[in-house]
Amino acid sequence: MSNNIEIVKTTTWSAGPGCHGGCGVEAHIKNGKLVKIEGDPDHPWNQGRLCARALAMTQYIDHKDRLKKPLKRVGKRGEDKFEEISWDEAFDIIEEKMNKIREDFGPESMIFSMGTGRDIGPWICMLAYAYGSPNVMFALSGNACYSPRIAALDTIQGDYSVFDAAQWLPGRYDNPEYKVPECMIIWGYNIPATCPDNLFGHWIIDLMKKGTKIICIDPRLSWFASRSKYWLQIRPGTDAALAMGFLHVIIEEKLYDHNFLKKFTDGPRLLREDNGKLLRESHVVKGGSVENFVVFDKTSNTIAIWDTTLQEYKSKIKSGKTNPAFSGQFEVDVLGGKKVQCTTVWDKFCENAKQYSPEEVEKITFVPADNIIKAARFYAKSKPASIHWGVPIDMTPEITPLCHAIAALWALTGNLDVPGGNVFTRSAFNAVAYALPGAEGVIKLKDQDQDKTRIGRDKYGPFNKFIWRCQTDTVIDQIFSGKPYPVKGLWMQTCNPLSGIGLDPKLWQKVLGKLEFIVGVDLFMTPSLRYADIILPASTFLEKDGVRSWWVPLQTINKVLKVDDCRPDAEINFELAKRFDPDFKWEKLHDLFDDIIEPSGMNFKELQEKGWALPPEGHPSRPYHRHEKGLLRSDGKPGLTTPTGKFELYATLREEWNLEPLPYHKEPPFTPISRPDLAKDYPLILSTGRRSPVFFHTEHRNIPWLRELDPDPVVEINPDTAKENNILHGEWIIVENWMGKAQFKAKVTEIVPPWMVMAAHGWWFPEEKDDPLFKTFKSNINMLIPMNNQGKDGLGAPIKHLLCRIRKPLSNEIVHNEEERINQCQN
Amino acid sequence: MSELETPQYGMLIDYEYCTGCQTCVVACKQEHKHSAGKLGGVEVQELIHKLPNGKLYITNMPFFTEMCVFCVKRVKEGLEPACVKHCMANILTFGEIDDLKKEIPEKRKSILWIKG
Repeated sequence: MSNNIEIVKTTTWSAGPGCHGGCGVEAHIKNGKLVKIEGDPDHPWNQGRLCARALAMTQYIDHKDRLKKPLKRVGKRGEDKFEEISWDEAFDIIEEKMNKIREDFGPESMIFSMGTGRDIGPWICMLAYAYGSPNVMFALSGNACYSPRIAALDTIQGDYSVFDAAQWLPGRYDNPEYKVPECMIIWGYNIPATCPDNLFGHWIIDLMKKGTKIICIDPRLSWFASRSKYWLQIRPGTDAALAMGFLHVIIEEKLYDHNFLKKFTDGPRLLREDNGKLLRESHVVKGGSVENFVVFDKTSNTIAIWDTTLQEYKSKIKSGKTNPAFSGQFEVDVLGGKKVQCTTVWDKFCENAKQYSPEEVEKITFVPADNIIKAARFYAKSKPASIHWGVPIDMTPEITPLCHAIAALWALTGNLDVPGGNVFTRSAFNAVAYALPGAEGVIKLKDQDQDKTRIGRDKYGPFNKFIWRCQTDTVIDQIFSGKPYPVKGLWMQTCNPLSGIGLDPKLWQKVLGKLEFIVGVDLFMTPSLRYADIILPASTFLEKDGVRSWWVPLQTINKVLKVDDCRPDAEINFELAKRFDPDFKWEKLHDLFDDIIEPSGMNFKELQEKGWALPPEGHPSRPYHRHEKGLLRSDGKPGLTTPTGKFELYATLREEWNLEPLPYHKEPPFTPISRPDLAKDYPLILSTGRRSPVFFHTEHRNIPWLRELDPDPVVEINPDTAKENNILHGEWIIVENWMGKAQFKAKVTEIVPPWMVMAAHGWWFPEEKDDPLFKTFKSNINMLIPMNNQGKDGLGAPIKHLLCRIRKPLSNEIVHNEEERINQCQN
Repeated sequence: MSELETPQYGMLIDYEYCTGCQTCVVACKQEHKHSAGKLGGVEVQELIHKLPNGKLYITNMPFFTEMCVFCVKRVKEGLEPACVKHCMANILTFGEIDDLKKEIPEKRKSILWIKG
């Protein structure tokens, strides 16, 4: 305490900086107000550092435009006529209207929609499940952010994995267990936006200073590209071809880790040549299991059975050790007196990779063959090496084959769960709040019957195995078709589909116009909120208690202050969950927090006292070498948590889903190659979503310190392309295609190649208060991106590789309110 | 002139690792309550150069302005200047010039900024 200033430690998570959180902060409080915020120097995550968005919290907390009272719509949808009401009245209206929907149409007729999710996930699930609806929606087409990657890795390797920056270890980089990676592949990720997917972006800078060399895969000259040993300037949407090219080099030059291949992959399993599928015990032994697989044993010179339950070979010779063949052609007797020709998974995998010679891959990706070879060698020979991938991986329809190819890289080079490699990652102490891929969570549906109506569940394999949300494109279709059941209401929490997460935002406008009842929960009025019937004012991270178990560390979020009538999302949803569910399990929110972190052996108060906790050595949620030590599987046997216990070069689940079990590249739906007809009129590749350090998606355009640093929506154009189209640096231009158009300020720069433009995303104009939708369609690049292009497994969307043209505007086509914008940038 | 503004103090800028995250800019504005739209103590310039070998290169350069007072109040309390403390890439070092000279990174371009 000095000058009556109290310093309170807490953890960032969402509202405020807007991100996925994890940073330790010190909030300086005077008379109940935030006067300053700083990074907590004792916190192992950020070690005293703090980003621009978190440092601007004083402007956020007390912003004049913050929603501070519940609102009720009194005008037409989108007309911006609301009146203030009390929390009791707001809750009463919501209870009455949603009960009516539940009685008339069933609970599944309410959709519970979130934006990027962040800390909302558990609380929105808690409310939806208490109400009885399984329909929790992440509103992006193809669910194309993060959960596709998680589902893909769960399919192939059982657990998710991330690059290791010693985040699990006390003392971080100085811990003797840790090794700095010699090489790191940065695949579609740029640094200034800092922290994706629960990693602190600048950890990579820490590693570079300690000697890590970078291979950067990016069509655009990112900062990493500029600092990399190899920059592979890839054509957007061809990443799987490049990954296959890497595998080609690694296999041809035998740079793979033989030990990992032998012990932990499905390489020796036999594949039938007659139908291309796995040979199973049930095919060769009467009464044999479909879950057991067949190999050719070199010791006994006959087949042997891999027993999936026992995780070992059933050896015919008692004393003999099975020595499975990884390569060869075998004729096997199958039931019914037939003989089938078989080959091994490894042979098939190699044959597949063989098609992707560096020369072929150069033709597909535009990356010179020589660079592919050099980079692949450098990655494979570096020990350890890691890969960090960004969201562009999810933003393509064939996302699972792409992840499969990349995962095969870190697995086959022996970099899985080794210090400095890509390590398996789980919630700290296995404290799981809500259903996520591979984990059940404390917050769950009352019974599995409730899940039967979840939209997309029966249409797409991963949605019945790993992803417990709706398939977003299918939801939108169903809202219009009413089949198989009508959708009547929408709970929209920290979600702004008209400006950011919604592709084809005019379609979303129709959606919002069609629904009978919409509740919006947010911190500021947004274009989408203007369609809500009831609006509830939510809190920043400084105004709430919470727990965060997303990997490490396990930590609490501690309430530091209160702002007007705003309430934390968790409290809002908790209150309503109690109203909707007479059997709701928890009396107080803190009882639920205690339940979530129970596996740590601490309760909320104890953890809060400690600040954060790392899982101890030997715990399944702490690296390393867990697949060798038997720490991953519930039966305690070595191996992975895939259905068959191995890293699956041939994905058994994909076979079950009638999808290609081996990785491959397929040209995305809208590129100059796949659609030369469209490319005639729209010759440029449109890539979107390059990050800004001062914004989180649609947020922060109203925070003066931040907006002044990135004042306008920008499209990056190569000087040659600009010249060709008679466009000057700094002028407002039109970017358009067959879907629609949007206006941007031209940034003429060599950081993008001549064949591509990069447009910023998430734009709306909070200063345009008189416009019913804050002019959100003016510079929204999603106007050019269609929905419904998800992959065959319901995942992914073509967000990084559309087609467009650019041109000078017609007279009066550009309306830009510079004066209002300048007002917004001042305080 | 406060004692910290005398020429024996300076800022060592290891700018090859500056990622352009703008943290220093906002840290300064918060610390000194500078309004948006007004000059703060530091700005970050992005420079894109085509090098003689044809390689494109991004340099982010934290540029300290007339408004920088080396966070005299903080330093007197034994704290680092706000930008130095929060820099995400840890590229800023504040101190006496003689000490900073010893901190100059080897084999890397850097700037030792003094107020003059």
